[in-house]
Amino acid sequence: MTRPGPAAVPGAVSVEAPRRAWRVTRVWPAVAFGIAVLLLWELVVVIGRVPAFLLPAPSAIAGQIGAQFDVIVPTAAVTGGNALAGLAAGFVLGMVLAVLAASSRVFGELVTPVVLAASAVPIVALAPVFTTMFGSTTEIPRRLVVAVVVTVPVFVATARGLRQVQPVHAELMTALAATPWQRARFVRLPGAVPHVMTGLRLAAPAAVIAAIVAEYFGGLQNGLGSRISAAAANTAYARAWAFVAASIALGLLFHLAGLLVERLVTRGRTA
Amino acid sequence: MTEAGAVELTGVHKRFGDVHALDGIDLEVGGGEFVSLIGPSGCGKSTLLRIVADLEQPTDGEVLVGGKPPRRARLDQDYGIAFQQAGLLEWRTVAENVELPLHVHGIGRAERRARATELLELVGLAEFAGSRPSELSGGMQQRVAIARALAPSPKLLLMDEPFGALDEMTRERMQAELLRIARETGAGVLFVTHSIPEAVVLSDRVVVMSPRPGRITEIVDGCRLGRGMAAGGAGGAGGVGKDSAGEAAELGPADVEDVRESGTFFAAITAVREALRKGHE
Repeated sequence: MTRPGPAAVPGAVSVEAPRRAWRVTRVWPAVAFGIAVLLLWELVVVIGRVPAFLLPAPSAIAGQIGAQFDVIVPTAAVTGGNALAGLAAGFVLGMVLAVLAASSRVFGELVTPVVLAASAVPIVALAPVFTTMFGSTTEIPRRLVVAVVVTVPVFVATARGLRQVQPVHAELMTALAATPWQRARFVRLPGAVPHVMTGLRLAAPAAVIAAIVAEYFGGLQNGLGSRISAAAANTAYARAWAFVAASIALGLLFHLAGLLVERLVTRGRTA
Repeated sequence: MTEAGAVELTGVHKRFGDVHALDGIDLEVGGGEFVSLIGPSGCGKSTLLRIVADLEQPTDGEVLVGGKPPRRARLDQDYGIAFQQAGLLEWRTVAENVELPLHVHGIGRAERRARATELLELVGLAEFAGSRPSELSGGMQQRVAIARALAPSPKLLLMDEPFGALDEMTRERMQAELLRIARETGAGVLFVTHSIPEAVVLSDRVVVMSPRPGRITEIVDGCRLGRGMAAGGAGGAGGVGKDSAGEAAELGPADVEDVRESGTFFAAITAVREALRKGHE
């Protein structure tokens, strides 16, 4: 991914690599492909007289995005806010659990299977239960669903990072007569940061998915998920697709933000 | 010899299961003396160094580091250590890496910074203080690791093939550098290597070891470019560099170059090579 492109400056240090990925020359083929797909879609719908409930034309969806823009933005903000709150909570929880699991063997053996089991819990199973537990007038159930989904990848990534201490660093800390806490502070925790960031990057788009899916199971009707199901139920297919497009944009935004944070934090590292 | 030896080993044995890694090692490293351990892979030279560093426990025998048990010496930070890999922490700057031993032991920020500046000056990397290790070449990283080992001003420097991964040219430059540093700091050095010229050019004495079980075959006089303070049992006035101990004449890379072409150098190489061959029979 960070392979130097043809326009790479000779002798540039590795720090420059992420920036290179954003050069126009690397982006335009993907953009052109996306436009081509949209054009083809439009053609198929128009020429093939595809009914709107099956597939609305991109132009119709674009029209709906324009018409509904004032609704889309606050709606996306609600879902995005839930995703962000859940992401933050799940990130902290996953990281704290991983640090505790790494620092105490007993705790590690207790908590690791539980967290890994949580990864097997389908969010569709949790969402209705949380909604009944906390009532349908609060955002808490959605945020909890997101937090559960996020905790797992962050925990797994952090735990892996904490386990991977280079032998030479371990020896060095022994030679320096470092206490267990000093080992954690000087080597294990900072060494795990790239892994933690990878966990965050993987969890960020998943948080958006979880936030949207959680809305399908009742509760407040103010987010993208509930708008999509409402529009679809009212046969407003182009409008439903407009909200789907907003969901995609939100997911991409989280993905890119995760990527950006990861790159900023791990700048100047080789591993 | 007035002070206690930097390292005293008496009858040291080490077994890993059925493998007899070290067998009856007796060795003394004087204060400020440069001693190399050389031998084929598996002769236990690294194990011996690790025992001195308290990273490994001897099965039998007595080990004293600056007159103390190795554990005490390690806790008191009496030695500095450098490994084959530089092992720098890549999330810290070069200066912060040099400061690490002081940071771990709670020395204040200003004092740490001052010491790091001084040491980076010593290893010729002052301008890279704010750089990340990943921006440095292998040889430069190894110099940072040596500066880090020197940070607590140890009386003893333990080095486990620190130049093993470097190319020949860098390696020779680093050797000259290390000799100068050892002289300037007055630290004793225990140096593990498998390069005969390296051992000879650096050392006051070269300890030749043989494998399975790891034993000392012979102790050969090196080029004595360091302070040349004859320590332990090693006699001989074969010093090329200098003969009086206290005097601190400049030791430039050119002097080290001269030594590499001297008769003493080749004679010592031959002696080490013969001792190694003897150990292999």
